Amino acid sequence: MAAYQSSMSQPADNPWLHRFALLTALATLGLIGIGGLVTSHGAGMAVPDWPNSYGYNMFTFPVSMWIGGILYEHSHRLAGSVVGFLTLVLALWLNGRPAAKWLRWGGLVVLALGLMAATSPRVKLDNVLFLCGTGVAGFGISFFWPHHAPLSPRLARFGLLALVLVVVQGLLGGLRVTAMKDQIGIFHGTLAQCFFVLICALALCTSRWWARAWATPASGIVPLSVRQFLLVTTLLILGQLALGAAMRHQHAGLAVPDFPMAHGRIWPATDAAALERYNAVRLDTRDFKAITAGQIHLHMAHRCGAVLVLCAVLACFLRLKAALTAGHPLLRLASGWLALICAQAGLGIWTVLSNKAADIATLHVIVGAAVLVTGALLTLLAGTVFGERPVAPSAAMGPAARAT
Amino acid sequence: MKSLILTLTTVAFVAGSAAAGDVTGKISLKGTPAPEKEIPMDPACGKLHDGKKVTTRFYVTDGAGGLGDCVVYLEGAKGGAATKEVVIDQKGCEYLPYISSAQVNQPIRVLNSDPVLHNVHPTPTVDGNKEQNKAQLPKGAPLDFTFAKAEKFLRFKCDVHPWMFSYVSIFDHGFHAVSAKDGSYKITGVPDGKYKLVVEHRKGGKVEKEIEVKGGAKADFTIEAK
Ligand code: HEM
Ligand SMILES: [Cu+2]
Repeated sequence: MAAYQSSMSQPADNPWLHRFALLTALATLGLIGIGGLVTSHGAGMAVPDWPNSYGYNMFTFPVSMWIGGILYEHSHRLAGSVVGFLTLVLALWLNGRPAAKWLRWGGLVVLALGLMAATSPRVKLDNVLFLCGTGVAGFGISFFWPHHAPLSPRLARFGLLALVLVVVQGLLGGLRVTAMKDQIGIFHGTLAQCFFVLICALALCTSRWWARAWATPASGIVPLSVRQFLLVTTLLILGQLALGAAMRHQHAGLAVPDFPMAHGRIWPATDAAALERYNAVRLDTRDFKAITAGQIHLHMAHRCGAVLVLCAVLACFLRLKAALTAGHPLLRLASGWLALICAQAGLGIWTVLSNKAADIATLHVIVGAAVLVTGALLTLLAGTVFGERPVAPSAAMGPAARAT
Repeated sequence: MKSLILTLTTVAFVAGSAAAGDVTGKISLKGTPAPEKEIPMDPACGKLHDGKKVTTRFYVTDGAGGLGDCVVYLEGAKGGAATKEVVIDQKGCEYLPYISSAQVNQPIRVLNSDPVLHNVHPTPTVDGNKEQNKAQLPKGAPLDFTFAKAEKFLRFKCDVHPWMFSYVSIFDHGFHAVSAKDGSYKITGVPDGKYKLVVEHRKGGKVEKEIEVKGGAKADFTIEAK
């Protein structure tokens, strides 16, 4: 814990790095929103190929073909590239000089791939040009940037982790299309939320506020039991998000179409006759896959999960309130968290009552991400800046503390 | 010797065809189904309908009691030849027909008569039938699909246009048909014998009858709107 705290406490030496991390976080939230639109509009498979789009390089895919579901799916691919690029820059920035070497070699590898592709008649010219161009650019840039000393080793490592995650996300997204597996979509959706948490944490840890908080004595300490409770609650929310993602990708969002009742009862029937009845009267232009008992159970698990996380967040808030003085920053954050989770529950209900209107369902995904991040950052803050610090704050900044 | 075999097979063939016939009948709809939903077409697709309202096709009727789009089949039958291929067209961002039937491994040919691109995405649920997702550009070349296992109402969809669906029922024999708009159906070349004749409608459910075919048979059904 001590090493964790002290290395996280490295101040950012550059306000632009923090701003850039913020920009990456914002772009990621946007990406999650567009990804939400893809699933909400049932457009996950609207572009059957990958990495190409209808045979075109994704950056030269004609705008005239961005019709119907393709608009969402293709925009998502482009936005994903933007976030991938931002994350690459962020990772290089955090790692400083040593990272120039990766950029150089990475550039050469991409260039080699491009040249190899050039020999294959099956690869289009724009793909070859794209690969060669990026390779040369990366190689060239590596001679000028990054040349600064690395930031704290821990931040550097988290930057690298972000880069790995964003690449995995891209591959998962592609595999979801080519392997035609909904399960991959579930994992892709959940990992996206975890990636978002990481980027937000990086933005927080590179901020001047973070550095200043470490430089001054902590105002109000969060007891260990409350910290653990915060962590558990955040993990519960992650579980709830995973349930939500599973539901979305099985198109089980309307497996129970009413609220507060469930198929007109407290707990819905799932016998064969009932299922047949549900499916017979279901007349939707989107003609979802037939309702199964599994879908109904999944949906009900998400409803029960909602009650559980609502209570858990409320309890977190009350316990923080008991432990901290009024106006404490954590307390303010926690009340925001409580408001967000109530809004989230409202949006979930609205999703059902609106017969799964795409915009509402997507808003439910975005606010879900915000709820998770708020919980994660609260947990992080309670465990670091507002936790019990092993050494005096000023010493914690020094190299001696970092060695512990 | 050769001519004897020839004669024998000819006799057998004639006898065989004499001992077969068509199963025909009519399917009626009882009750009034919920009104069809209007499809929210996008501008490119809406243009192809001259501003006419396009609706879902859950219950296709002739307005005089006949119910179309019912799959009619002899349960557990064997044999029966497949026709060449089943053709599904994409026209005005709709699949035509909405409901069809085919035999295992019989080509299902999907055409695109639209000035709009589609992706053709069959989503089978039975093991052994493969999910596929193929791009089809405007007036693109036809795409052929085959399925190895029997499956009722195998869904084809287009993810570009989230209202586009077509359902093909795949049988491991050749004795199946889809009722026309007036509810009439015809299964041809059914050998004499006793069968279970089943009618299935995607929303209206399933009804069945034991029938005996003797140079043909006739059976009418009623399906209740849900
Ligand atoms: C209060 C805590 C809740 C959280 C944190 C939460 C979170 C989420 C998330 C993140 C998703 C989307 C996952 C993804 O695609 O990546 C989702 C989906 C969904 N949630 Fe919730 N949810 C909550 C409450 C509710 C409630 C109370 C309801 C309804 C009674 C509800 C109904 C739904 C539905 C229907 C979907 C699927 C939407 C679709 O298929 O497009 N949620 N939830
Ligand atoms: Cu289409």
